[in-house]
Amino acid sequence: MKAPLSWLKDYVDIDVTAEELQKKLFGCGFEVEELIQTGKDISGVVVGEVVECEPVEGTHLSVCKVDCGSKGTFQICCGADNVKKGIKAPCALAGATVYATAKDHVTVEGVMTIKKGKLRGIESEGMLCSGAELGVNGDMFPGGDYCGLLLLPSDSVNGEDVKPILGLDDYIFDIGVTANRPDCQSIYGIAREVSAVLGKKIKPLDLSYGEVKGGCEKIKITDLAPELCPRYIGHCVKDVKVSDSPAWLKRKLALCGLRSINNIVDITNFILLELGQPMHAFDLRTLDGREVIIRRAKNGEKITTLDSNEFELNSENLVICDSKKPVALAGVMGGLNSEIENDTKEVLFESAKFARDNVRKTARALGQHSDSSALFEKGVNEYTTETAIRRALNLICALKCGTVTDMHIDITTEYSNLNEKELKADVNKINALLGITVPADKMRAILESLNFGVRQDGNILDITVPRYREDIDGYPDIAEEIIRMYGYEHIKGTFLPSASITNGGFNDEQKAENKLKDMLVGKGLYEISTYSFYSQKDLDMLRFPEDAPERKAVKILNPISEDLSIMRTTLAPSMVNVIVRNLRRGNTEGKLFELAKIYLADKLPLSTFPEERQMLCFGMWGAYGFFDLKGITEAVARSLNTGFEYEPAEKPFLHPGITAKITCEGEEIGYIGQLAPTVAEELAVDRPVIIAELDYEKLRKHAKPFRYSPIPKYAEVQRDLALVCARDITCGQITKEIYSACKYVTNVKLFDVYIGIQVGKDKKSMAFNVTFTPKDEPIEDKIDGYVKKILNNLKYKLDVTLR
Amino acid sequence: MDVNEKIKHIEQQIESAVADVKSSKSLQEIKMRFLGKTGEISSLMKNMRDVPPEQRPSLGKLLNALRQWTEEKLDNLESGLKEIELKRKYAEEKIDVTVPARDFPDGAYHPNTLIRNELVSIFAGMGFEIFEGPEIENDYYNFTALNTPKDHPARDMQDTFYLAEDLLLRTQTSAGQIRVMENKKPPIKILSPGKVYRSDDDATHSPMFSQMEGLVVDRGITLCDLKGMLDEFAKKIFGENVKTRLRPSYFPFTEPSVEVDVSCFECGGKGCRLCKGTGWIEVLGAGMVNRRVLEGCGINPDEYTGFAFGMGIERIAMLKYGINNMKLLFEGDTRFLKQFKD
Repeated sequence: MKAPLSWLKDYVDIDVTAEELQKKLFGCGFEVEELIQTGKDISGVVVGEVVECEPVEGTHLSVCKVDCGSKGTFQICCGADNVKKGIKAPCALAGATVYATAKDHVTVEGVMTIKKGKLRGIESEGMLCSGAELGVNGDMFPGGDYCGLLLLPSDSVNGEDVKPILGLDDYIFDIGVTANRPDCQSIYGIAREVSAVLGKKIKPLDLSYGEVKGGCEKIKITDLAPELCPRYIGHCVKDVKVSDSPAWLKRKLALCGLRSINNIVDITNFILLELGQPMHAFDLRTLDGREVIIRRAKNGEKITTLDSNEFELNSENLVICDSKKPVALAGVMGGLNSEIENDTKEVLFESAKFARDNVRKTARALGQHSDSSALFEKGVNEYTTETAIRRALNLICALKCGTVTDMHIDITTEYSNLNEKELKADVNKINALLGITVPADKMRAILESLNFGVRQDGNILDITVPRYREDIDGYPDIAEEIIRMYGYEHIKGTFLPSASITNGGFNDEQKAENKLKDMLVGKGLYEISTYSFYSQKDLDMLRFPEDAPERKAVKILNPISEDLSIMRTTLAPSMVNVIVRNLRRGNTEGKLFELAKIYLADKLPLSTFPEERQMLCFGMWGAYGFFDLKGITEAVARSLNTGFEYEPAEKPFLHPGITAKITCEGEEIGYIGQLAPTVAEELAVDRPVIIAELDYEKLRKHAKPFRYSPIPKYAEVQRDLALVCARDITCGQITKEIYSACKYVTNVKLFDVYIGIQVGKDKKSMAFNVTFTPKDEPIEDKIDGYVKKILNNLKYKLDVTLR
Repeated sequence: MDVNEKIKHIEQQIESAVADVKSSKSLQEIKMRFLGKTGEISSLMKNMRDVPPEQRPSLGKLLNALRQWTEEKLDNLESGLKEIELKRKYAEEKIDVTVPARDFPDGAYHPNTLIRNELVSIFAGMGFEIFEGPEIENDYYNFTALNTPKDHPARDMQDTFYLAEDLLLRTQTSAGQIRVMENKKPPIKILSPGKVYRSDDDATHSPMFSQMEGLVVDRGITLCDLKGMLDEFAKKIFGENVKTRLRPSYFPFTEPSVEVDVSCFECGGKGCRLCKGTGWIEVLGAGMVNRRVLEGCGINPDEYTGFAFGMGIERIAMLKYGINNMKLLFEGDTRFLKQFKD
């Protein structure tokens, strides 16, 4: 929200500097995001009167004597076509700074410092300036867009600084207005805050106008969509004289970045800025049947807006129509078919309140945004709707550009709320919320400075809320009004003196998670965090077939880009992407983990909350192989006091010979494997990449509480068994059979594998260290029997023999 | 050979045996040869029974003297040899202690985890429990129950990712507040960390980031209590001398609402690049829980009041560690990650 200081001064006697005002506004909740100083690049430019002017033969130049009053008289060479004796123009003396313009004399290319010099051999002691060179356009100052000298009023005093004359000594506050204060999306709204914070009276708006009885043919207005248009006011002005706006009006619009169109349109734009109420002016000639109908658009109905864009509408869009056609997209933009022309004679002014979410939806759906739609989206109050129409009529009179008729139509629907809001607030309750004691008198003074009506009855404040303050709704809002004006520096920290004692900290699940991370970090892994969304392309990268469950991903309906368009169903693609990125950046090895959620839909499209499931994903590359990562998954099992089993398995993106399914107590809980060479090649990965992914939530269910088990009374016995078996028998199979053959076996450890002629073709030898732990009696003399039993079982089940 | 000669002979044998002994190992062999159970001195002793009884005492004396002499001689020699050998061993085994260590590389927590845990431990000490709500929420929990009805302009403050008509990626951890208040009656003190999502992607915004939400509801909770708690938080996270400043703001679910700044811990409030010359750094939003929000959760707002605060974990991490680009947090570059040792 841009508010020029000069404009604010129209309503409040501001006697502090712009910087001080900025601070005060900040303190009461209006952060000035930027304090823009007009003319900040311009200096040393004074009023100069051309007292002599001689053309230089053979050139377009003239040699001038310029009277700069107390600064002296200077010889200046000037090429402008409007230089002549007797004019007054801005004169930049040596050392002055002005804008350097391109050859077109308009485009600003930077700031330049004026020096004395010679033009075609003729001494020149300064420069006479155009509007562009001072950053002034035609709306800011008459003649400002002329491509020659900017002519100053003849009563300007020679030698005086031109900045006050041209309005280059102004400040513009660019204010961040919070969403609860749409009333401050206006200059007058900000002025109200300024008046309160400075303790000054605000000047009331001039809303007076004279109206002529009769002489206006009847106009009919029908509101068929009161839920989208709670209030609509129309007023007819005749004998309209469309022309240029006066300089003061043009200038105000220009300071806020609006271009002047003509007096009628400028009045509506002025009110948009001053009051935050968007208005519209229809040329009554173009309204068929002298009728206005506010209704939802028909599906497929079309409108061309003022900026010549055509839109196809549906019943979610509100349109203003005459008896035959839409003439405006309500709250967004007027139609091209009803705009004000130079010969417009009769105008219908519209001031209305449109539902904010409907304007937002329409503006978004059509991609058509305007100053008007921005304001309606934030919310316009009906009090201002009423004020605005009167202000428009006042300006018609002030500009003498039309006759105000008595044709005034005010549609107030059941969705409209014109009642003044009254509420009671208890001084003690306000202070209890704040935790400090603000005296009742002070509260009252603050509220009154903000235009609240206050009657005090002991500790109870009977408050009438200003009609433009739709945000005020209960005593906490009043407390906020008070503290933001009283000052937050009065709030001193206390430490819950009245609160109950509570017991805080992590719950068991969170503790388990932290313990797991501690363990992994202790083993040298780095934790990563990646986005919860990616794209189907990431699943393509890992060659998931079309019918893979991973493809059933929840879609984001409005993604930022296709790359971030589905919720992930596996963490593996994110991990692979991180590893590939690291390798491309020359990070040749690493060990990573991520604990994050995947999102699993019951059915698609999504109709109910999907499951959010924590997964634990690992990635290692470079110096590490399958068994390094398996060491980590084993450590995870140990940390949960459980054990994992591994069997050969296949995954679309993993090496078919170096991949295992991981199970825990018979339940599948994940996989581990090396990235398939085909995928690796495609990703230009030239080192082994090992990936594992565990279902953390399933895992957690297998966690066993830690219990101490008594140390065996008798010594453990160890035996080494060198076995010979077929090549495809796995270590896991043999280990399982050793355990199952003897209940005293507590540990089986592979310590050697041999493949070679000594054990025969198609065979291999594996050597195991087996630990027997006795229970209630020594077992030393029974070990031979156990070993025999183990060997028999191995022979029978797997055709394994002793070497 | 009579005994005396034999003794002499043994003495000579010992002398010559030890003359060129070089190691404690060969000395040990000599020991065994003369002093062992079947050694030469022992066999002489065994011969005592062949000696007439009257000579036995004097002979015994002689033999004992021989044994003692031998033991002493060999022991002395042994300790000398052992010393030499130890010196040699030390010299041989000497290492270059300046050679770099064999590395057991450290792992590292993600900066978000570090900050999250630090925040949790601060607030846990004040009696806050941790609650983690779902990331996928419906409109009710993310907006409506937080006093942000459908047509509310505050919805524009946060661009929301939708997954279905009524399902969305939560834009704020405040959604979790409602779930807690629906199920738990005051006193409530919870901390709710988690991932949130907004449709925003540039140098200072990421479509996914993490927040930490705090909520206190009890009898007689005031704005001053909020300030006191945040003072404590700021000191513990940013340093003992850091102060907080409240200034008015707006959130639909709190009233009054405040923006909370901390005094710049880099320059001490004088103004620097970090605080853009203002001396203050914005760190979080907070306020007194809106009565409507309490009511909606079945908590009587005339009996209970509360405050809530919410902060961006990445923002705190970036401020605390001096990280200048949010993207770094999600890239997983090991050169970045390995710096975050706790």
